[in-house]
Amino acid sequence: MSEELHEIRLRVNGAVHTATVPARRLLSDCLRHDLGLTGTHVGCEHGVCGACTVRIDGRPMRSCLMFAVTAQAHEITTVEGLAAADGTLHPVQRAFRECHGLQCGFCTPGFLNVAAAYLDDNPDPTEEQAREAIGGNLCRCTGYQNIVRAVLRAAELRRADGMPVPEQAAPEDARTPGDR
Amino acid sequence: MTTKMFGLPVQRTEDQRLITGKGGYLDDLGAGAYAAAFVRSPHAHARVRDIDVMAALEVDGLVAVYTHDDLTGPMAEPLPLLIPHPSILDGRTAHALAKEYVHHVGEPVAMVVARDRYIAEDVVERIAVDYEILDPVVGIEQALLAERVVHAGMGDNVAAHLVQEVGDARAAIAAAPNRLDVELDIERSACTPMEGRGVYARWDGPDQMLRLYSSTQTASGVRAAVAAKLELQLGQVEVVVPDVGGGFGVKIMHPWPEEVMVPWAARALGHEVKWTEDRREHFVAAAHERAQHQRVTVGFDDDGRLLGLDVDISHDNGAYLPYGVIVPIITSTQLLGPYKPGAYRVEFRSLYTTTAIVTPYRGAGRPQGVFAMERTMDAIAQHLGMDRAEVRAVNFIQPDEMPYDQGLLFQDGRPLIYDSGDYPTSLAMIKDLVGWDDFTAYREEARAQGRTVGLGLACYVEGTGPGPYEGGHVQVETNGKVRVATGLTSQGQGHQTVLAQIVADELGVPMSDIEVTTGDTRRMAYSVGTYASRGAIMSGSAVALAARRLREKALRIAADALEADSGDLEIVDGRIRVKGSPASGIELGTVAVLSNPLRYAFDEASKAATQFTGAADFAKPPVAEDDEPGLEGTDFYSPLRCTFASGMHAVIVETDPETADIKILRYCVVHDCGKLINPLIVEGQVHGGVAQGVAGALYERMAYDPGGQLLNASFMDFLMPYASEVPTIEIDHLETPSPLNPLGIKGAGEAGVIPGAAVLAAAIEDAEGFAIQRMPISPSELFHLRRRFASGEIAPLPGRAAPAPTNEQES
Repeated sequence: MSEELHEIRLRVNGAVHTATVPARRLLSDCLRHDLGLTGTHVGCEHGVCGACTVRIDGRPMRSCLMFAVTAQAHEITTVEGLAAADGTLHPVQRAFRECHGLQCGFCTPGFLNVAAAYLDDNPDPTEEQAREAIGGNLCRCTGYQNIVRAVLRAAELRRADGMPVPEQAAPEDARTPGDR
Repeated sequence: MTTKMFGLPVQRTEDQRLITGKGGYLDDLGAGAYAAAFVRSPHAHARVRDIDVMAALEVDGLVAVYTHDDLTGPMAEPLPLLIPHPSILDGRTAHALAKEYVHHVGEPVAMVVARDRYIAEDVVERIAVDYEILDPVVGIEQALLAERVVHAGMGDNVAAHLVQEVGDARAAIAAAPNRLDVELDIERSACTPMEGRGVYARWDGPDQMLRLYSSTQTASGVRAAVAAKLELQLGQVEVVVPDVGGGFGVKIMHPWPEEVMVPWAARALGHEVKWTEDRREHFVAAAHERAQHQRVTVGFDDDGRLLGLDVDISHDNGAYLPYGVIVPIITSTQLLGPYKPGAYRVEFRSLYTTTAIVTPYRGAGRPQGVFAMERTMDAIAQHLGMDRAEVRAVNFIQPDEMPYDQGLLFQDGRPLIYDSGDYPTSLAMIKDLVGWDDFTAYREEARAQGRTVGLGLACYVEGTGPGPYEGGHVQVETNGKVRVATGLTSQGQGHQTVLAQIVADELGVPMSDIEVTTGDTRRMAYSVGTYASRGAIMSGSAVALAARRLREKALRIAADALEADSGDLEIVDGRIRVKGSPASGIELGTVAVLSNPLRYAFDEASKAATQFTGAADFAKPPVAEDDEPGLEGTDFYSPLRCTFASGMHAVIVETDPETADIKILRYCVVHDCGKLINPLIVEGQVHGGVAQGVAGALYERMAYDPGGQLLNASFMDFLMPYASEVPTIEIDHLETPSPLNPLGIKGAGEAGVIPGAAVLAAAIEDAEGFAIQRMPISPSELFHLRRRFASGEIAPLPGRAAPAPTNEQES
């Protein structure tokens, strides 16, 4: 008894990767074990904890609830792709360190991806909104207080960096072709 | 001067790799390893009649299937009873794979090794086990009744029984002017780290060496246990602990069945093998804690002063007793908190049930002890019509009574003597922080708005930093970099940071030049482990002592080189210099070169240490008799006994009059862990602890059905709080130094969780006006208690109103 394998091409952090996987291979396992991107962690395998959250076309999604073969049409960003090419940390990364927003670090990649995506759309959240924004991810170490603080701090750092305003804020027709 | 790092809110050195996805957790290792999966019992209690693997053999990618029949020698024997204690009547432990009987759902029956985990699980599905189902024993009541017995050959389910007494408590209670009986229950919860357990083993056949990676809280413990099971010498086993995704106690338990099976299979197969626990496995096959039934009888005078305290504890230890009776011993002793109990008698029975084993979970029996004592304090206050804080105050051990001997033996087998503490000041601080004296007005204001609020208070004392010892090794490389090693392991506590802070101050080097390794038996073979809030005290003290040895040696060598008196030297930014004349000095790295007299140079710097350079004293050998080469220091810290941290929590809750939803409006903490090494990290520890305390009080429980099935073995059903459930925590620190260690510190890791159930029960009780005696409590349970209260089945608290008559229809 052996199972059928599929050649797939995944675009992860701006680079194209190939892998040969069975149809049931979870995206989380494919990223970790086929592509060696072990920064994405698996905490429950049933979509509740959010540790495996990556960004799919910019949106935070749980990679344990997605098959690798179905991810080929999308741009995937993992925690390894958060920092700039020159190694400059993303504002959420800097803020999590500054605010002690992580302890064991296992859930952290998921939180970083959620926070980064959220701040792209909501650059100036209130504390309540920041808490709500990370409300779908589990952390067992921090009690969330410093994670909330880190999201607010990341918003500050992001604004100081002059990061782009949300895409949604720009009317569709005002965009130039190819502008992302 | 170099800035003193001790006490500063230094950002963690661990974080750079963890926020960039470069952490190395157990499942991130061993890309080429075979994967293991386990066939686990679906029954709480059964006899294994037959294991049929025929249907599994055709699965492509299968490597091996093992059952107990494949095991020989020590591997076939039961796993060790880690902490023997005279109170243990019949200490049963599991086998690495079940031998004829299984005693809880999730117990491993067979091991599968395959090319990857998907295939291993396919195989597991195809292995047919024929079970003869036996009677389950679930819950304390059934275990005590002993109509059904968990372990063959036992007449009941009592694993251990212990009575401890100081004075004649029963006589003191009988003679007391006031007496109360309080009956309490706490249910099971569990550590539930985000990363489960995991083991990865590499057997090097030609070298006959085992390298074992485990997501554990004790590298040295795993090493010794695995060596014994695999009949290897200690020197043939290296245990390396990678980044660990949380522990909270469950990973101090060892060796797990999987922890001996994986290296055993790796050796048998001559191939790397890895097992990564999945979430369901962690729920059913790791460990739980907390479940106790407690009966408290207390005698007290008219001022609320305790005269006698008699406590009877029934403790559910689950199917086996591998960790001994540490949890109920801690409950029995830490129950006393900051108080003088008068005469004290405590008795516990530790009981087998056909459910997951019970081993320490952050707090380790203390939350239950504090629940018993603090519920009793509130009952006394209500009985006498006294302020709840005042009843506590009259029973406090006073600062001038320290050290205070409670007259019992603690969990480390040493006397329960509190080293220091200032409970009256803590109480004043927590009352101030929460606004204790203004609460009556606040309650009235809320009532006028149709809202129901309550205030609770709970105090605890926590024995932290038990021995026997930890070690520190500090080494200066010839490039001036400092390598620090200690044996205990890290699961997110920031040890790398705080140990570097300590060494930076001791040696006068910048933190950026210090690299810290924990949990690697190659670097520090002698160690105990991470538990009981001991990391900073034990390893912090050990690396401080080791660094002081190194410093002394460095100054001695530098004094020779600089032709100065070592007493006139100081180390600033990694450079040893003469005080007052900073120009004349020598780099620590150069001292490291000089510390190792050489025959052979290997680079420019090392030439300075060869035999024909510099002046030699021909009357002395190159390495003095009482000295050794190299700029290193090793030392061990072994404390006389535990330090005793303490704290007080106060909470304001609001309960919804319709839905009985319980909302925490304020959560205030006064925390005393002695001197703070890093306030950022200490507060993080308190936050995380409080979150688990709130979780255990309001949300989490292990819902076993009467058949011994865990009904909520997933994150869908086990209500681990999200950010929406955990309140903002307000913290005030008190620093009462410990006289017992060189840094004056006490442990901080567990504190936050300890008074959670007690303080929330108190606040809910205060809001509702009737007693809360079972935790955790859900809105639906509170709703039903209200119904019983309304029907007169539950009495109002003394001094509080009976329920208003209601027209509501009983449904």
